[in-house]
Amino acid sequence: MSEPAELSYREAVRSAIRNAMQDDPRVFLMGEDVGHYGGCYAVSKGLLDEFGPDRIRDTPLSESAFTGAGIGAAMGGMRPIVEIMTCNFSLLALDQIMNNAATLRHMSGGQVSVPLVIRMATGGGRQLGAQHSHSLEGWYAHIPGIRVLAPATVEDAGGMLAPALADPDPVLIFENALLYNDTARVDGLAKADIDHAAVRREGTDISLITYGGSLGKTLAAAELLEQVGISAEVLDLRVLRPLDEEAILGSVARTRRCVVVDEGWRSGSISAEVMARISESGFWNLDAPLARVCSEEVPIPYAKHLEDAALPNTDKIVQAVRKLLGR
Amino acid sequence: MGTFTMPSLGADMEAGILVEWLKQPGEELSHGDIIAVVETDKGAIEVEVFEDGRLDRLLVEPGTKVPVGTPLAEIAGSGTQAQASPPPEPHVPADAPVETAPPAPPVSARPEAEPVSSIAPIFGAGERISPAARKLAYDKELDLNALQGTGPDGAIILADVQKAAGLAAGGANRTRPRNLAPMRRAIAAAMSRSKREIPHYYLCHSFDVSAAREWLDAFNGGKPPAERLVFSALTLKAVALAVSEFPEFNGFYGQNGFSASRSIHVGIAIALRGGGLAAPAIHNTDRLSLPELMLAMNDLVSRTRAGGFRSSEISDPTVTVSSLGERGVEALLPIIYPPQVAIIGFGSVVQRAWATGGAVQVRPVMCATLAADHRASDGHRGALLLRRIEELLSHPEGL
Repeated sequence: MSEPAELSYREAVRSAIRNAMQDDPRVFLMGEDVGHYGGCYAVSKGLLDEFGPDRIRDTPLSESAFTGAGIGAAMGGMRPIVEIMTCNFSLLALDQIMNNAATLRHMSGGQVSVPLVIRMATGGGRQLGAQHSHSLEGWYAHIPGIRVLAPATVEDAGGMLAPALADPDPVLIFENALLYNDTARVDGLAKADIDHAAVRREGTDISLITYGGSLGKTLAAAELLEQVGISAEVLDLRVLRPLDEEAILGSVARTRRCVVVDEGWRSGSISAEVMARISESGFWNLDAPLARVCSEEVPIPYAKHLEDAALPNTDKIVQAVRKLLGR
Repeated sequence: MGTFTMPSLGADMEAGILVEWLKQPGEELSHGDIIAVVETDKGAIEVEVFEDGRLDRLLVEPGTKVPVGTPLAEIAGSGTQAQASPPPEPHVPADAPVETAPPAPPVSARPEAEPVSSIAPIFGAGERISPAARKLAYDKELDLNALQGTGPDGAIILADVQKAAGLAAGGANRTRPRNLAPMRRAIAAAMSRSKREIPHYYLCHSFDVSAAREWLDAFNGGKPPAERLVFSALTLKAVALAVSEFPEFNGFYGQNGFSASRSIHVGIAIALRGGGLAAPAIHNTDRLSLPELMLAMNDLVSRTRAGGFRSSEISDPTVTVSSLGERGVEALLPIIYPPQVAIIGFGSVVQRAWATGGAVQVRPVMCATLAADHRASDGHRGALLLRRIEELLSHPEGL
């Protein structure tokens, strides 16, 4: 198999779907416009021609129905990949995800498993208004019984699908829509680990803990901070449920300071959970209050200047760090 | 304006000697600050203040002996801060028909007669010291008040303590000489009163502690000495958890009979070098993990032996544990410390021939005893309490 030297995040996801379908006849893709239109973010473009309408299935506009169908197919022995256009729309399927997919193993005493993968786009910054721009992955990370992944790199976009399909329980993959055009040189689509966070940049003065669409902004902030003599470590959570608490506490134990960067709203967010875990288990290591950069607590605006102001950005991260360090 | 009065630091305390002011007029005070040292029959005790404000005027010279309730200083309210919660006053002396009431100023520094139960959380308002800095200062026995903070808004951060630790190695240890005669008198008064007034009943129960011993060995294996647990941390936690289910052993017997305490502050009897005994409390024992409990015990024992326990620690144990440790004997029949209603004794762990599963084996066996106030509880419940302690120690992983 030949691998392109330069691969986009979108192509990485597509290749991962293609590989999974070639490797396992039980795998199929289902969702709104995934077939003839090629997916609303063009992830599945070309797959209909390659695999046919039985395995690349366009569905009616009913998230609850096709997610429920995916759950049923998974229970029946298939390995469905359900694509939901944006996480805003996933709320129409929340009953299926939370009350069925996440609970069936537990309510059946282990007799039934739901090996389902749900992919969805998340995040703002594309002037798509409040109905299409929210970051709800932190909500899903609240639910026991599912695994929640947030690939932030091309490698993870391509490498997380196979282990997600191999997981006997439901896995939700949140793809930040701003990342689809990111490119990287990758050697091949290696299977990624779906249990651990990853240190993307080492540093000694502060831990910047982030995931998904905020990783790039955070790495850029770390570069700027380097210029003023602040050495920032960047931890990519990668897995929002279950949280890699050891990596979080380990990083903060090294740097003794922490800023969490999360595109979700701060109230009741995954950033709140990360901070709570640090307070619970890492308190005596801290040399500064915990801080975070989140989206403003408004429905993400349509107008560009307002949307820019509402979302985390590199400057906000730099300011938060400098305030914490007093320099 | 509030008034800081000579606190009652025990059921039998009538007066105390103001030894030393640790704050000077003009200094800002926060809830929990140690303001003065008072010599009582139990030794020198650091006394905390329970409101925020500024120390306005000292009313009593060091070296003066004054009755409980005498105003010692005036505290000007900060104006912006709400009054901090009053300290709990579990010690209502059962034999004092009339409390030595402090003069009642508009805002009393130590209001009397509030509920027996919860300890108000202490939020240090105003001072900014990072947890890492506090921990190092604690390990190095450094006085944080003497440091200049270089963090944001003058916060004391780890680097400040590290710097000070490099300079101030050695010599920072504050210990006070102790006159044992008054302590002997205090023990005599409290124990005589206990035996005179409290209808004690005693229960003994010996049981196999191999599960707890093995768990402890496994837990400590490979850990540096500083992180290891001692056996009495397990027994202490077991007592705290057990009395949470048997509230009639956790609280105080006062003029209106028994009142249970919602919080569990287990007092630990600490033998002092050179003689004497004190039983200060570990606050909220039931809510501490074993490593936290171990840390609290080490801290309390070392401070107590150095004469540095705090007023809230000496005045509010809700139940007491007395452990004989390695060099003791098989069992003890302890005496209740009034106005508490129970004390639990643990003898030394001894190797005994023990019938188990139809065979005789050599097992580590410990005798737990309960001395309880029959006015507050009955022997049946006491027996269940000891059984529960045994059960908790048989499953040490749950402690």
